[in-house]
Amino acid sequence: MCLAIPVRVVSIEGDEAETEVAGVRRQVSIALTPEVKVGDYVLLHTGYAIGVMDETEAEETLKLLEEIASLSEVH
Amino acid sequence: MKFIDEYQNSKLAKGLAKRIAKQSSKHIRLMEFCGGHTHAIMRYGIRQLVPKTVEMRSGPGCPVCVTATADLDKAIALAQLPNVIITTFGDMMRVPGSYSSLQQAKAEGTDIRVVYSAIDAVEIAEANPEKSVIFIGIGFETTAPTIAASIIKAQQKKIENFHVLSLHKLTPPVMKALLNLGEVKLDGIICPGHVSVIIGSYPYEFIPKNYGVACVISGFEPLDILLCLDKLVEQIENGQPGVEIAYPRGVKPEGNSKALQLMEEVFEIGEANWRGIGWVPQSGLKIGGKYEHFDADKAFSVSLKPVREPKGCRCGDVVRGAATPPECKLFRKVCTPERPVGPCMVSSEGACAAYYQYGPPENSQEFSG
Repeated sequence: MCLAIPVRVVSIEGDEAETEVAGVRRQVSIALTPEVKVGDYVLLHTGYAIGVMDETEAEETLKLLEEIASLSEVH
Repeated sequence: MKFIDEYQNSKLAKGLAKRIAKQSSKHIRLMEFCGGHTHAIMRYGIRQLVPKTVEMRSGPGCPVCVTATADLDKAIALAQLPNVIITTFGDMMRVPGSYSSLQQAKAEGTDIRVVYSAIDAVEIAEANPEKSVIFIGIGFETTAPTIAASIIKAQQKKIENFHVLSLHKLTPPVMKALLNLGEVKLDGIICPGHVSVIIGSYPYEFIPKNYGVACVISGFEPLDILLCLDKLVEQIENGQPGVEIAYPRGVKPEGNSKALQLMEEVFEIGEANWRGIGWVPQSGLKIGGKYEHFDADKAFSVSLKPVREPKGCRCGDVVRGAATPPECKLFRKVCTPERPVGPCMVSSEGACAAYYQYGPPENSQEFSG
């Protein structure tokens, strides 16, 4: 029920956006994420974009995980 | 897929698992609130990756599972009214009510349609002006704003034959109810990632403050969950429970302000009936104010026979974390995904379905904690 997947916004028209993930295109409502821009990734849940993914935070998390992995190899 | 594949890297997972093992000195009990987390934990074998000191219990975060039998009976009774089309998310279809299920009611000739989104239900209403279309609104804060937006859309388009049976429920109030109950002693909570996309991290602050229980918000990929466990173990070992976000690519402390605003516009907070927990104050959403006419509870009246709970089913205990699925005598023997006795075996987020699907019988003992 709370399943949501990241999809990329291809185009926007009013409160609707065309999104793409793994080659599949789908119309989604952006009524809950009016700030979204073309190229952003949004979390798609039951036909609505419920949030915009933060790419900088995503990279930071991966960096942190890599750091943890390299530290635990050393020790 | 971007934002997913990178968080499934096994080398990074091993690094995190090592760090968790190194940090963990004492037995701790955590609850994963969300059924999506239960499934991910089972599917990726997270239990086997972390030390035995870290115990995980499933919680009430499965909307289908916590829907009270009385409410399901009401949905089935609404389907039997003349000129009504019921629309519902698919997971609800096979849940046994007291006397029937939506699937059975559909087989008997009532018009019940599975939809992917509330938008589809509004479209069905628009295409069938001579019928009343009732959407069975289940779900937590993740889903409730989408229903609010659909109701507003129906209002704008003057679609008057669209109604919602609002069974929406709220996360922090039920966490409070479980902590007050004190039945399962918890050290930490794996907080639901997609509920938190909407509500942010602030609404959990009372948990470490008043109950001394650590809270970390997690995403749904294996590395997200391991990172969350790492932070929980760290907080608990240091004796400094707080609220942290281990899913910052999706969750901001303040949440999604637009979604919160739409929820507030359409819904009023009231008590809600939870399977296995009962009536919890301030934990449900009813349609209010100028949107009241969309409320199926107000627009239709049905008479209901007394509720009958399935005999021997421990779903109620499972959603409170008081029992694990293998502790239920019906699990795997009488109750299976093909012939489910309770909702926890039906729902794709149900704990029993997760244990059935990913937990081989020889491992069940180990999982029964």
